[in-house]
Amino acid sequence: MTTKERINIDDVVIRFAGDSGDGIQLIGTEFTNATALSQNDLGTFPDFPAEIRAPAGTLAGVSGYQIHFGSNEIHTPGDLCDVLVVMNAAALKKNLSNLKKPGIIIANEDGFDAKNLRLAGIADEENPIKNNSLDGYKVYIIPITKITRESLKASGLGTKEMDRSKNMFILGLICWMYQRPLAPSIEETKRRFAKNPAVLEANLKVLNAGFNYGETAEIIEEKFKVAPAKMKPGVYRGITGNAATALGLVAASVKSGLPLFYGSYPITPASDILHELAKQKNFGVITFQAEDEIAAISSAIGASYGGSLGVTASSGPGIDLKSEAMGLAVMLELPLVIINVQRAGPSTGMPTKTEQADLLLSFYGRHGEAPMPILAANSPTDCFDTIYEAARLAVEFMTPVTFLSDGYIANGAEPWRFPQTADLKGFKINLATSKDISDNKYYPYMRDERLVRTWALPGTPGLENRIGGIEKEDITGNISYDPKNHEKMVHIRAQKIANIADFIPLQALDSGPEKGKVLILGWGSTYGTIKTACQELKKEGIEVSHAHLKYMNPMPKNLGEILSSFDKVLIPEMNMGQLLMLIRAKFMIPAIGYSKVRGLPFSTHDIVDKVKEIL
Amino acid sequence: MENIQETEHIEAFTSKDLETDQEVRWCPGCGDYSILKQVQTVVPKLGLKRENIVFISGIGCSSRFPYYMETYGMHSIHGRATAIASGLKISRPELSVWIVTGDGDALSIGGNHFIHLLRRNPDVNILLFNNQIYGLTKGQYSPTSVEGQVTKSSPLGVLDHPFNPLALSLGAEASFVARTMDRDPKHLQATLHRAAAFKGASMLEIYQNCNVFNDGAFFIYTDKETKAASAIFVEEGKPLVFGENQNKGIRFNNGKPEIVDLTEGKFGISDLWVHDEQDPYKANLLSRFYDHPSEPGHFPRPFGVIYAKERRTYENIVHDQLDFAKEKMGLGDLDALIKGKQTWEIAD
Ligand code: SF4
Repeated sequence: MTTKERINIDDVVIRFAGDSGDGIQLIGTEFTNATALSQNDLGTFPDFPAEIRAPAGTLAGVSGYQIHFGSNEIHTPGDLCDVLVVMNAAALKKNLSNLKKPGIIIANEDGFDAKNLRLAGIADEENPIKNNSLDGYKVYIIPITKITRESLKASGLGTKEMDRSKNMFILGLICWMYQRPLAPSIEETKRRFAKNPAVLEANLKVLNAGFNYGETAEIIEEKFKVAPAKMKPGVYRGITGNAATALGLVAASVKSGLPLFYGSYPITPASDILHELAKQKNFGVITFQAEDEIAAISSAIGASYGGSLGVTASSGPGIDLKSEAMGLAVMLELPLVIINVQRAGPSTGMPTKTEQADLLLSFYGRHGEAPMPILAANSPTDCFDTIYEAARLAVEFMTPVTFLSDGYIANGAEPWRFPQTADLKGFKINLATSKDISDNKYYPYMRDERLVRTWALPGTPGLENRIGGIEKEDITGNISYDPKNHEKMVHIRAQKIANIADFIPLQALDSGPEKGKVLILGWGSTYGTIKTACQELKKEGIEVSHAHLKYMNPMPKNLGEILSSFDKVLIPEMNMGQLLMLIRAKFMIPAIGYSKVRGLPFSTHDIVDKVKEIL
Repeated sequence: MENIQETEHIEAFTSKDLETDQEVRWCPGCGDYSILKQVQTVVPKLGLKRENIVFISGIGCSSRFPYYMETYGMHSIHGRATAIASGLKISRPELSVWIVTGDGDALSIGGNHFIHLLRRNPDVNILLFNNQIYGLTKGQYSPTSVEGQVTKSSPLGVLDHPFNPLALSLGAEASFVARTMDRDPKHLQATLHRAAAFKGASMLEIYQNCNVFNDGAFFIYTDKETKAASAIFVEEGKPLVFGENQNKGIRFNNGKPEIVDLTEGKFGISDLWVHDEQDPYKANLLSRFYDHPSEPGHFPRPFGVIYAKERRTYENIVHDQLDFAKEKMGLGDLDALIKGKQTWEIAD
């Protein structure tokens, strides 16, 4: 078949699936890198198993990684896949419903032996690669384990060690099928096994074996060509949401000149931010792995008090634990960034699954009137811009700010036309100086015209002062139980946050006409899906508009005007209708909600169908 | 020469300079007054600049403390002063950071932060005002209340076994552990001095009388008639003696501490246990002298510096690691970091 021409395609969705010990995430990431270097636009969706070490071969242990890439703009990891690669019976059973018909299945024959069938709960006589249940698909059954062992016969490695590199066969094979370079994977493998030459050699050998299998075995009948995407000119790299969040924080620290203090407690799916930042100590970044979530935020408040950019991060349960300290930060009026990488709740919920159900928590999850700005990132790369903006608002307005991301964009990757440091906005810092002393005293709650107070850093002579969580007297900051003063302070704190609306961009439409029948109003990680749905609808001749909120609190000043320009406003959310409730309450319009709470992102056709339903 | 002295000159301030314009609101007769006075006496003698001093407190009667100190201060939330102070000290090692807390604040709601601070060992001073009661919430039992104590929330007596704060601290790897009391101003002052001078986390437990809800809890250690037999004041390099006219001592008998009578002629001073602040084994034993004074044959309650052995402070190792990273990897270059390892270009 090697003489056969490559088939040109615009885009493709590939899903790798196997046991969590099979190295699926690794080859997914490697293939993503190779794809990015092939200049395709892309979106990815790592689908982690719930358990870290579920029994091998079982449905609970199946790990998946989906990538969508093409020569067009790609905004989602795709709904159904065109190609499903499975390492065992459980992976096929769990993922077959995600495959288009007719699609391509590449299966490891050795993962369908009696033991694997039993673990997957499939009767021997129902072995899907032996009966005709896969009719209608293009099925390639390859004895991957056997081939791997065969090619490593002379390696001197044990069977177990040999089998560990079988994922590289898949990587090599799929790279051949889609004309991806092996070089980046070779580089990465060399880096990973620098200390273990025998294993390194084995991995490279199997990687090549996979590639050559495609090239020479003439079993795979099709090979494809996906032309480079027509993307904006510039220099790109690939990045996940969590990595972009970490970089955004380092950038904010460098640009503001404020040392970064990151107080955090390990939790899925936020821990990768901690891992990324812990590598940046040469930027003076302090990462403090605290004893618990409360200490994580409290230490960040302490650091902010001392003049650092204090940041804490968590997810679901950890955010609940931080709420008291968030209230303290509201009261102290100190800069602080709280990162919430949302996951499916309540309680432990589904830690590895995504959700957007903490919006109202961010608004109202503290006792008393405790407002703070809230920003939501809409894609992996947007995490960089949004966390940077969150840090800037926190510092410039002396307030805690919540940054919302979620498991879907935190782990998802996409190409990033990264900015230059010089192009990033600067920070205005409200440091108190001796100029702020009047009649021999410094008044910590004296404010400027925006109602923002100054930041008096310990160590500055003459500014000695006391602040705290007890209600304080206007201007002096002394303890006060005066009823009128309390009311005044509640209003000042609320107005200060509301005033930020004067300093943020107006809401723009992402696509569609300025007036019309339907506006889809989204926020956070639904961005790519809604955008793609709008494009699909347009192809079908249905024109809808799309606006996507980043500034959740305060909302852009012109939002009401935009909403009133449409007959219907549809709000799709991965929750029970939280933005919906806010929009209805604030603008008194009969917005239509569309919720999905399965721990999974919306698919494009979900949105397309919903729009057609309400039209 | 003169010039150098001029720039290095630390503006001297007095105890008076540490008073704020805020009216002190503790109940009249509260032990907190004495502690405030002694802290205001000791702090000016430490050679610190006033602007470099920060007092951080949690919630409770004692936690009003920062409002009465003309330094930087934060009155935070219940139990978290230790965590907030950790973040401040780690990020600003040059500051002198003090934590004012109580038995409920540090040992109950903030217990976790308390023990973790001690094991990390930042150079901060913890003043643990122990009054064995919740004062601010008006009289419920605390984690140091004694079994059987009648309080508002234990009308038939406390059932919970109390914490032993010194043993808890040593168990948490504290590097400095000491005990003193409000009603012995001289000892309080001297011990405060030691705690402040120590490089590392100093845990100073201060027995503090709450004359409203738990009056007299520690009088046995200060009253003339009972003090000698109930309290032992330990000093570095000195034998452990106590009692009326120092008539009793403590010696080791087969590795176990034993009270001996020094008047009988059987044992003399040279037979006694000599206090060694740097000996963790002895410190652990001393901290176990925690029997209720009503128990027959009980050991006297030790006061003074029980354990003081410096080890690396947390903020130092944090910053050493930052320096190491800068040296090894070079100062961070933001554009290079954002660019990452693999890029590709899309041409016009
Ligand atoms: S309640 Fe007790 S501890 Fe609190 S101020 Fe009054 S006397 Fe002091």
